[in-house]
Amino acid sequence: MKRRRVNWEPYALLLPSTAYLVLFFAWPMVQAFKLGFQSDDGQFTLAYVQRMFGDAAFVNALWNTLKLIIAIIPLQFILALIMALLMMERLRGSDILAYVYSIPLAISDLAAGLIWFSIFTERGFLNSLLYSLGLLERPYLFLNYQSYWPLVAIVLAEVWRATSIVFVILVAGLQSIPRDYIEAAEVFGANWFQRVRRVILPMLRPSIQVALILRTLLAVQVFAVVMALAGRGVTVLAAEAYRWHGEYRNPHMAAVYAMFILIISLASAFFYLRALRVKEEAIL
Amino acid sequence: MKKLSSMLMVGAILLSLLAACAPAPVVETVEVPVEKTVVVPVEVTKIVEVEPEEVDYGLVTFISTQGVPIEEAEAMRGVVLADFPGQVEFIGAEYEHFEDLVLSEVQAGKGSIDVAGALHGQFPTLVAAGALQDLGALMDSLSDRGIPEAFVELGKLGTDTQYYVPWMQATYIAAANKKALEYLPAGADPEALTWEQFRDWGKNIYEATGEKKLGFPVDGLLHRFLEGYIYPSYTGGMVTTFKSPEAVEMWEFIKDMWQYVHPQSMVYGFMQEPLLAEEVWVTWDHTARLIEAFKARPDDFVALPAPSGPRGLGFMPVTVGLAMPVTAPNQEGGEALIDYMTRPETQISVLREIGFFPVVDVEFPGYVPIGIRMEGEAVTKQAAAPNAIPAMLPVGLGPRSGEINKIYRDAFTRIVINGEDTVTVLESEAANLQALMEETGAPCWPPDPPSVGACQVK
Repeated sequence: MKRRRVNWEPYALLLPSTAYLVLFFAWPMVQAFKLGFQSDDGQFTLAYVQRMFGDAAFVNALWNTLKLIIAIIPLQFILALIMALLMMERLRGSDILAYVYSIPLAISDLAAGLIWFSIFTERGFLNSLLYSLGLLERPYLFLNYQSYWPLVAIVLAEVWRATSIVFVILVAGLQSIPRDYIEAAEVFGANWFQRVRRVILPMLRPSIQVALILRTLLAVQVFAVVMALAGRGVTVLAAEAYRWHGEYRNPHMAAVYAMFILIISLASAFFYLRALRVKEEAIL
Repeated sequence: MKKLSSMLMVGAILLSLLAACAPAPVVETVEVPVEKTVVVPVEVTKIVEVEPEEVDYGLVTFISTQGVPIEEAEAMRGVVLADFPGQVEFIGAEYEHFEDLVLSEVQAGKGSIDVAGALHGQFPTLVAAGALQDLGALMDSLSDRGIPEAFVELGKLGTDTQYYVPWMQATYIAAANKKALEYLPAGADPEALTWEQFRDWGKNIYEATGEKKLGFPVDGLLHRFLEGYIYPSYTGGMVTTFKSPEAVEMWEFIKDMWQYVHPQSMVYGFMQEPLLAEEVWVTWDHTARLIEAFKARPDDFVALPAPSGPRGLGFMPVTVGLAMPVTAPNQEGGEALIDYMTRPETQISVLREIGFFPVVDVEFPGYVPIGIRMEGEAVTKQAAAPNAIPAMLPVGLGPRSGEINKIYRDAFTRIVINGEDTVTVLESEAANLQALMEETGAPCWPPDPPSVGACQVK
């Protein structure tokens, strides 16, 4: 028997990205775990984890993060799907739509937060507009921490900023669906809604999976928009991790918060992978 | 062609969007800030013979935790340090980098840093590591500068050794829009308010205009208001009195006052912005975070000493000192730089450029912008108040000095924002505070009376 020669080429090609991942993702992650479970004198400890669960800000941060995920993801997904389907209809001017949809992609999340802050603040664009239309006698305090408005503003800003990512992924997915299937469905008399439900959505599943995983991971980490729009009025997990590191100067606690964010992210990715499982034979 | 026309369409849409978004002024037109220059005739009273200096102290490396923002660092290099006979390399560094750099140089036994500028509370870690020189002789040679004895004493950090030479100071004061003055409570002197009168001021404005015009930097330095202003004013202490009956009363007062505080305070980091936007009329913040308002429109605002409470006027002077690491390579140059930094003219240039107030005896000359002089006068009045209670920034907590702020902030969020029961919250946060004191072994610092061993919450 002749031993097959091992082909090293693919491994060599994989090496740079693997090295990159190990160096910049895996290693810092191990370090974060060490920080979270090791006291200053090197002993294993659960004290930081316990302290996080007992932290006055923890419950609020977790609850707000979940609220934002629940509000943002479905809204973004439906909007992006509508936008993508519109694009595929090849209506007149749909190229322009693609440009307009993609503008927020180029903007950093902090900048997006600041833009929406200047819209909602007491002397901001929205109040100016309502006032000049004679709809308000005095500015309305949208960013009042006692109201739901700051959360609404954050949801709006996030939807505006990041829907286009979902949109781009879905458009790419839609373009890879062979026209024959849709035309076949048309021949058999399927109307537009039936085509979307029975043909397009099932075939779009891999893209939907990618888009949802990506968006949920980003939503778990939501940070700059919240900081810009709500300051101390609304706290989220990433903001608490940042404050523990930057303000309260306790890297152990920051690491524990970061690990908690990681666990939620992993759990949600796992959930999508299971719920939207794509069977091998379904992929052409 | 198609591409070109679609791009033109995008351009047109963007333009129309921009036009639709152009802000229309709400309620009042906001004046364009104009820099005012005050011309004061200068009378020549003394002729000083200037001898050309031939000395050159060579390269002096100066690292500082203050003057870090780019504009401030540029001002340090281009203006403040420009006249020093020698070449100064100014490095602005956040505290953690500063500490790492100084300590690693000292550990290595070979350094590049000659002068280290930092806040009073940032020095104990360096002292504990044996990183700083005794500057006693230098301090003696500067005795004619008029640095207050209390500040010189602070530079010894509770020992007999002069670890740093006081360089500059800053503090937190109150500020108000002149439009608010007509709503002052009857008989109240704006320069000697009590916190009750401060609240009533906000209440009067609210009742007259329907707007909540008091403001606090909740996303900024609110913890300093709690630690250094309201706690000492009501309880006479900061840590020891954390859950005292006076503290319970104080929190009830803050809750009451909060009805008249602008709800957007949760987003405010620097109060100069809401002051200039006139969202807030009456506020409290760090002088460096109010200065733009006084600079831009000195005629519209007043700078006031912070109000006082039943126990006195609690205030937090932030002192910045200059030290020299034991590994300083240019000993002579470093000492000359510290001498240079404490000269009245340098102190005034520091004030103009980065907004820290002199620690030496100076008269504010006419060319100092009026906004800065306004703050300077409020700072002096506050420090000189007969009932003043100076409160120091937390000392001795080492790397955990940030955690104490979280305890005061959490107490605030739970009591004032979430409406939890005051006594319960104070009990649980006092336990956190006590644990922090025990774990770091930090003895009490002013305004709390000195303690043997870790500071105890009573």
